[in-house]
Amino acid sequence: MSNHLLSLLIWLPMAGAVPVLIAGSRSSLSRWIGLLVAIVTFVASLFLLTGYDTNGPVMQLVEVHPWIESLHINYALGVDGISVALILLTTFVGVLVLIGAWDVIKDDKPHQYVAAMLVLEGLLIGVFCATDALLFYVFFEAMLIPMFILIGIWGGPRRVYATLKFFIYTFLGSIFMLVGLIYLYQQAGSFDMATMAATPLTMSQQSWLFFAFLIAFAIKIPMVPVHTWLPDAHVEAPTGGSVVLAAVMLKVGGYGFLRFSLPMLPDASAHYAWLVIVLSLIPIIYIGYVALVQEDMKKLVAYSSIAHMGFVTLGLFIVFILVRELGNYDAAKLALQGSMVQMMSHGFVSGAMFSCIGVMYDRLHTRQIKDYGGLVNVMPWFALFMVFFAMANIGLPGTSGFVGEFMVILASFSANPWIALVAAFTLVIGAGYTLWLVKRVVWGDVTSDKVAAMKDINGREAFVLGAFAVVVLGIGIWPEPLVHLMGGSINHLVHQLAISKI
Amino acid sequence: MLSWNDILVLLPEIYLVAAVCVLLLMDAFIKPDQRNATHWLAIIVTVVTGWLVVSGQPAVPVTAFDGMFVRDRAAEILQLFALLSVFLVFVYSRPYLKDRNLWHGEFYVLTLFAVLGVMFLVSAGSLVTVYLGLELLTLSSYALVAFNRDSRVSSEAAIKYFVLGALASGSLLYGMSMVYGATGTLDLAQLHAAALHADMPNLLRFGLIFMIVGIAFKLGAAPFHMWLPDVYEGAPTATVTFIASASKLAAFGMAYRLLSAFGPGGPILHQWQLMFAVLAVLSLVIGNLVAIVQTNLKRMLAYSTIAHMGYLLLGLVNATPAGYAAALFYAISYALMSTVAFGVILAMARAGFECDNIDDFKGLNQRSPWMAFLMMLAMVSLAGVPPLFGFFAKYLILKAAIDAGMMWLAIVAAIAAIVGLYYYLRVVKVMYFDAPVEGQELKPQPDLPLRWVLSINALALLVLSVYWGPLLGWCQMAFAG
Repeated sequence: MSNHLLSLLIWLPMAGAVPVLIAGSRSSLSRWIGLLVAIVTFVASLFLLTGYDTNGPVMQLVEVHPWIESLHINYALGVDGISVALILLTTFVGVLVLIGAWDVIKDDKPHQYVAAMLVLEGLLIGVFCATDALLFYVFFEAMLIPMFILIGIWGGPRRVYATLKFFIYTFLGSIFMLVGLIYLYQQAGSFDMATMAATPLTMSQQSWLFFAFLIAFAIKIPMVPVHTWLPDAHVEAPTGGSVVLAAVMLKVGGYGFLRFSLPMLPDASAHYAWLVIVLSLIPIIYIGYVALVQEDMKKLVAYSSIAHMGFVTLGLFIVFILVRELGNYDAAKLALQGSMVQMMSHGFVSGAMFSCIGVMYDRLHTRQIKDYGGLVNVMPWFALFMVFFAMANIGLPGTSGFVGEFMVILASFSANPWIALVAAFTLVIGAGYTLWLVKRVVWGDVTSDKVAAMKDINGREAFVLGAFAVVVLGIGIWPEPLVHLMGGSINHLVHQLAISKI
Repeated sequence: MLSWNDILVLLPEIYLVAAVCVLLLMDAFIKPDQRNATHWLAIIVTVVTGWLVVSGQPAVPVTAFDGMFVRDRAAEILQLFALLSVFLVFVYSRPYLKDRNLWHGEFYVLTLFAVLGVMFLVSAGSLVTVYLGLELLTLSSYALVAFNRDSRVSSEAAIKYFVLGALASGSLLYGMSMVYGATGTLDLAQLHAAALHADMPNLLRFGLIFMIVGIAFKLGAAPFHMWLPDVYEGAPTATVTFIASASKLAAFGMAYRLLSAFGPGGPILHQWQLMFAVLAVLSLVIGNLVAIVQTNLKRMLAYSTIAHMGYLLLGLVNATPAGYAAALFYAISYALMSTVAFGVILAMARAGFECDNIDDFKGLNQRSPWMAFLMMLAMVSLAGVPPLFGFFAKYLILKAAIDAGMMWLAIVAAIAAIVGLYYYLRVVKVMYFDAPVEGQELKPQPDLPLRWVLSINALALLVLSVYWGPLLGWCQMAFAG
């Protein structure tokens, strides 16, 4: 089984969508099938932990089948520590979104909702497994379709605008990446990502490719100034869509940098690292202020996502200063590890935050902060979770949010204390907007009769939030297993970056 | 002069002519309520012709009638897919024609004559055969466009098509005469060598320009695209399905036959490459931009065709076997996608309701989720979004442009694809996100062959996205010699 484990993980959820669709909308059967498929996928993904050897070769569980022989395109899969972590995140979130949406979309074509979620999950896993660039691209693009449908059918009032903007924006970025990939293929003679990374390229070639990839991944992450699709998409998406979008889809952008820009174009990446670092620091400060003034809870969390993802890109590109200019490999590893932990942590925390907002929305059907107040009086259990995740969002020590940010700031300090100072500033602003949100929504007196009538979370919701909380706390207290899992791969990557390809 | 061997080479075409004549006679003698016989016989004739093409395929290219006619791999593939398109047209249009009192034997006879023209055109070995096949195709098409003779839009479209088409044919013929004057030969195989030593290169160039105008018109490439939107909107949808599939394959075949004479190593390659690059850019820009504002789905698809022909031209610009293979692959993929799109329109239309406005598809997902799904596959595939088949066709085209050293063309094509995405998604949006119009029925025709074949046709877009290797291998083989 271990030989085909990755294929199984990709295709099981997608194949599972077929019986879900056949089961139809009338009974709850489709939801049960969908949940079963998601759970089986999650359990199967746990075998990655035993199947993956942290001291083994770079790519493991490799599967290669020729796809188009005349063009040297392969159906090639493989995972390293980074992929394993992200796949586990995907399958974990995949189960929770289905449970979270259990009653919510009951009356509105639930079978299509569940099927779209499963297809999306399979495609996301595919992105993290593919070692053939064209295969990666196919998964990378294909996941837009189920997300387009999810936002478009089950979204809020401005869903059509938001979903079209989301699709066209991301497509715009990736089509240039396709042109870049074809060019790179022409140079390397293969779509194999390792071969591409080993192909020498001149500085000008690398620069062009760097910007082609930068557009694609910057939009996906998203970075300022191409972030404007995200608040719209988040606000209009159904809760499950927001959770997957924030928890997993944004990570694809960071993963793309790790897989493509860094190893394939190390010299151009080093040369333009300053640009990405500046573009990462701007959202950390500026977007923090933007989040402060939001009146819509989802928008606030969406903006805070952009700020948090700024840490990821900061960590990824500060590495070049550390390796190329200072030769400080330990700090470089720390930066990359910090980025990865931040990605994972943000996946869980933002997923949990959106789930919390979903719980409130299901009761009052509004996301405006002013419509809430004093929830702690009527929903004490909910308030517990909400406050806990808010603390994680701030980056309180003991939660996962702290670990990644701390590592990135520490590494930045070795590169340039000023960068670290600016980055650390986010802890202040983050605390500002998050605590203020909590103050207005959770604390205080009950503001209206509607709020007074709200019921506390039921067992299903408690399970979802509880599962998120366990992981957030777990990574926060004992991040070592996660860091260890990705350690070997990050070591390899750092040494790859140090060598010029020109 | 006429040898037994020549007849054997032309067996599929000869069979088709004979069978169509029989069909014509038979249809004259049967009662209108026995028209099913004509329908099924026409389908059988199509299938048998396809079988004859495959079974009679020689291992090496052969010619007949002193090089007038060529039977090679490229001809085989184009003929087969043209016949497949016609098969799909026949299956999809029966309920549509029935509802409109257009269900006459002439529809089948004219379509089969048109596909006969396609078969001659794509296997032409001489300028005369090209013209002969083209005229057979277009004259039948004029009649098919005007098939709904009581409809004013249909007649108007036919007149437009006829006048502009005659102009284009004239231009093509004029160009051919100049090329003949410059080289002294009509044989495409000898043209390559003769053109190298042409006494009057300017005459050759002029001739080529006129020929390219003719080709661009048949493809529907901007700025020679004016006829296309009106014909798509005005003609019966059944006819449009034919024009959007088999006719486009034929246009590609014609372009390949005429231009390969001036291909690699040939004279004036750069001139026509540049002309095609200009045509491609104009088609991509005009097609995609104007499609955005359309409210009629058939008209939108017409502009989308123009844009797709722009992509196809990028493959021809490359002018190498790999480029031709990419363009052929693109033409085939386009034929398969457009038959799905028009097939869904045909399936949803009923008496008095054409179902050709984009708004007619409102809420289709709630009324008929399967049809909505099929249409979504066609739209997403046309937009070139992976994992659908259309993406791989687009990928090969971009690759051909980049391999030809024309990065700027690839970037223009990429930008055009973003613009194109919007109007395809709009159709998906209407079907999935909008509420259905109250009191509108929106159920597909209860015609089982239509439903099944349409489903297979659409699902093929998914299956081929995994197994596109064999088709590509086939296309590459066609131009490998």
